Amino acid sequence: MIDFAALSPAAQAGVLVGAVLVEAIVLYVGYGALEQVAAPPIIKTIKET
Amino acid sequence: MELFGIGLTLIVLFVSFGFMVGVLFGFFGMGGSFLVTPALLVMGYPARVAVGSGMAFVFGTAVIATLKHHDLGQVDYKLGGLMIVGTSVGIEVGRIGVFYLEELGLASGVIGVTYVVLLGAIGVFVTRNALKSDGDDDSGGHHDAANDEIDPDAIPDIAKKIQSYRVPPMMTIAGGIQVSLWMVLAVAFATGLLSGFLGVGGGFIRMPAMFYLIGVPVPVAVGTDLFEIVFSGGIGSFLYGMEGGVDLSIVAPLLAGSALGARIGSAATGIVNEGDIKIYFGLMLLGGSVAVAFRQAGDYLGMEVLSTVSFALILLSAFLVSGAVIYSTIKTMRAESKTAATVAD
Repeated sequence: MIDFAALSPAAQAGVLVGAVLVEAIVLYVGYGALEQVAAPPIIKTIKET
Repeated sequence: MELFGIGLTLIVLFVSFGFMVGVLFGFFGMGGSFLVTPALLVMGYPARVAVGSGMAFVFGTAVIATLKHHDLGQVDYKLGGLMIVGTSVGIEVGRIGVFYLEELGLASGVIGVTYVVLLGAIGVFVTRNALKSDGDDDSGGHHDAANDEIDPDAIPDIAKKIQSYRVPPMMTIAGGIQVSLWMVLAVAFATGLLSGFLGVGGGFIRMPAMFYLIGVPVPVAVGTDLFEIVFSGGIGSFLYGMEGGVDLSIVAPLLAGSALGARIGSAATGIVNEGDIKIYFGLMLLGGSVAVAFRQAGDYLGMEVLSTVSFALILLSAFLVSGAVIYSTIKTMRAESKTAATVAD
């Protein structure tokens, strides 16, 4: 396990930016998949109620 | 109960706030980050954490938006690369300014006042524009507006004059348009300065500046702006991160909410007319301006209650406008569905 506090400030900043980048990509893919599955029934419900 | 060092209530608050900001960003194409940094300032985070975390949030949101716009072919990578150079220098100067003011103990005050003035000015401009056009105007700030034809008469004379200065070296951008390299770098530096100082993406200034001052066609300005925000936000986050200014326990839940909200906001652009909601957006910016002013007054007078009122105002304005977007979308979908059913009969 990497000790985050032991890293240099530049390495810590790099890890933080990398973590945000990875989260953004995961969210983009994850919510994209969720949209494919959940959007049609939700739209149908909205239109029919 | 605590997760990743922060309370569950705070996580829920950040995810919900991120969701509302995401809906607004997805729908209006700008303005999301403008709410985050003031909210963090109001919540009592130090200026460098509020600005640094706001910038990291902008970075993550821009990555998601750029992934969505990549396929539209609206990114001029050469122009974007040059903009990155100017913006990076501007961010560094802005960041140095924030840390210098922090040493003097003036950072929160100066950033707060700048926010009040900028949010107020843009809020007045957008609201006045919306009232004048009576809801028919689609221009400005909307990503889908990128595909609209621009009336040359809509370009102010001052902008035409600036565009007419052909200071060499000139460069060719998408659409075969010739622009001055110096103008590109100057616009990039000015918007970078704002990004570094306020922790915002700067798109709400850069996009119109690219169109008005450089003469970049709107579709290219929008795509290149998004591409550029990824880099400026990334560089800004890195620089603030080195100084301990990025708090992942703030950024992660905000991003989780905004990524979902942005999908709903983007989908709503194809259903609801932006002109119908633009006035609420202008009022929301004004609300944000008043909120930061309340907080400043609260700090100055030592009245804690004003800070609470300020925080409530920011949340309320974001909630009302994102709610108006979702409500109008559902209403329009139902109306269209009923019309289609009537026609079918």
